[in-house]
Amino acid sequence: MLKRTSKLAFLAAILATAAWLANPVAAIAQDAPSTTIVAEETTAVVAEAAEEPPPYTTAEQLAEMPILYPKFMIDNLWILIAASFVFMMHLGFSTLESGLCRSKNTVNVLTKNLFIVAAGLLTYAAVGFSLMYPGDSWIAGKFLGFGGFGIGYDPTVTDPETVFNKLTPAGYALDMTTWTDFIFQAMFAATAATIVSGAVAERVKLLPFLIFATLLVAIAYPITGSWQWGAGWLYDMGFKDFAGSTLVHGVGGFAALACVLVLGPRLGKYLPDGSIRPILGHSMPLAAIGVFLLFFGWFGFNGGSVLSADPVAVSLVFVTTALAGAAGIIGAMFTSWIIFKKPDLSMSLNGALAGLVGITAGADTVTPTSAVIIGAIAGIIVFVSVVLFDRIKIDDPVGAISVHGVCGIWGTLAVGFFSFDPEHKVMTQLIGTVSVVAFAFIFSLIVFGALKLIMGVRVSAEEENEGLDIGEHGQEAYPDFQPVAES
Amino acid sequence: MKKIEAIIKPFKLEEVKDALADLGIEGMTVSEVKGFGRQKGHTEIYRGSEYTVDFLPKIKIEVVLGDALVEGALAAIVKAAKTGKIGDGKVFVSPVEEAIRIRTDETGEKAV
Repeated sequence: MLKRTSKLAFLAAILATAAWLANPVAAIAQDAPSTTIVAEETTAVVAEAAEEPPPYTTAEQLAEMPILYPKFMIDNLWILIAASFVFMMHLGFSTLESGLCRSKNTVNVLTKNLFIVAAGLLTYAAVGFSLMYPGDSWIAGKFLGFGGFGIGYDPTVTDPETVFNKLTPAGYALDMTTWTDFIFQAMFAATAATIVSGAVAERVKLLPFLIFATLLVAIAYPITGSWQWGAGWLYDMGFKDFAGSTLVHGVGGFAALACVLVLGPRLGKYLPDGSIRPILGHSMPLAAIGVFLLFFGWFGFNGGSVLSADPVAVSLVFVTTALAGAAGIIGAMFTSWIIFKKPDLSMSLNGALAGLVGITAGADTVTPTSAVIIGAIAGIIVFVSVVLFDRIKIDDPVGAISVHGVCGIWGTLAVGFFSFDPEHKVMTQLIGTVSVVAFAFIFSLIVFGALKLIMGVRVSAEEENEGLDIGEHGQEAYPDFQPVAES
Repeated sequence: MKKIEAIIKPFKLEEVKDALADLGIEGMTVSEVKGFGRQKGHTEIYRGSEYTVDFLPKIKIEVVLGDALVEGALAAIVKAAKTGKIGDGKVFVSPVEEAIRIRTDETGEKAV
């Protein structure tokens, strides 16, 4: 035990050194000429486009334009492809969570993941999209706005100019249709809620969880999203969260923390004498498949957040994303190897995701070298966080709070340290991330706490031992294998 | 008739099966089991917490055969399954009251 504590202290020293090193490295990063030009040009183009109205008002006119039309088509197409990639992440979450939980709860894990896709898409169409992008329809300062129910396109209107202007949000300089804008953002919404399902797995009651997840994705996620991406108060402040380290992952991670605190740990995880009894996942192959799928999907998650097919920006984002994920794997794997003498596969998998979450706030505004450092530090942070949460008896079967919550904050702050845009400040990043995760945390405490009072959020001890598949679903995931339930 | 139950290391199954086949014994039932005798388990680590695994995977072979074949079968099993290292397993012999072949309704030693 003493050896381990001193090893943890050693690691903390490495982390501190790395953060100290980050400043001179960030200074070097700012000198990188080509990437500064990217940032300047992108800003200029967007500003220019926002100033002037586009030179077309109907679809026919746009189709005539020899340069603008192909650009529109290519931008639009890339965002649709990116939306499909993000959709794939649900498959990744499903397999990862199944793999890290016991076989007797697999049907339950899969059901939660499946439902969240449905709830996310449907509520985002009904209210989420307009809550997140109120346009000019703010209600309470720049904290709450609502653009009306539905996704803003009325098919009964037939005047071609109106139809076209509603179908293309060209008003805010995006070369894509409203449908495309909606579907890309809708895929994001569900990923925030699905983060919670892993942390509460193996003991949460199905119905209260479904209610909570629906409310989280319908109300909390779009409101915090509007603060930044919907041009709310954080956007006005200069906060930067490229693809959602805070707005997606931080929200999910801290909602998960609140729920886990309300829910309590799994039976038998923390013994009365203070020791921790590990509860093994039933399929490492499934877990690994999940992480590889998530990594794959992240190319759409970050790549599509450029909101165009701009070759420089998108390719830079692909590179920073890939390198950060890779560095996260190494960071977690080798930390595990050093501290516990063996590389833990499940920790290394968490490390990949930690690196990806870490780069998500600044993938378009850091150099590849910085991406590696951000990812590596995220890999170390996630390892330490998973171990520490267990020590303080917060039971998170898949490490969701550490990967998404803790590393979400790291990724957001890393923008302040590493961005080559001097407008990005650490203090702004800190204010932004803390306010968003605090909102998600408090919202979840209240909602999940209320559900606990109204209907209870936890299955009975008997059901937990027998497995949620039988108790909640009356089904088994592996009826042919007859797996032996360990406890 | 006697029943031989042999608990052996899993990778020895093919060898034991072949050794019994050489004696003309071709019927057996095999199950995957876990257990320990004097062999201690080992420590594993998962997500930062250590735990001991006491139960080790083994294979249990059950053969029912006529009294005349028992001695030879025992010798063959022990020879094939032995590695000399701890955890090799054990063999038990018990009497069998009755045996029936389901397809033909034969009973007694004709059924094994």
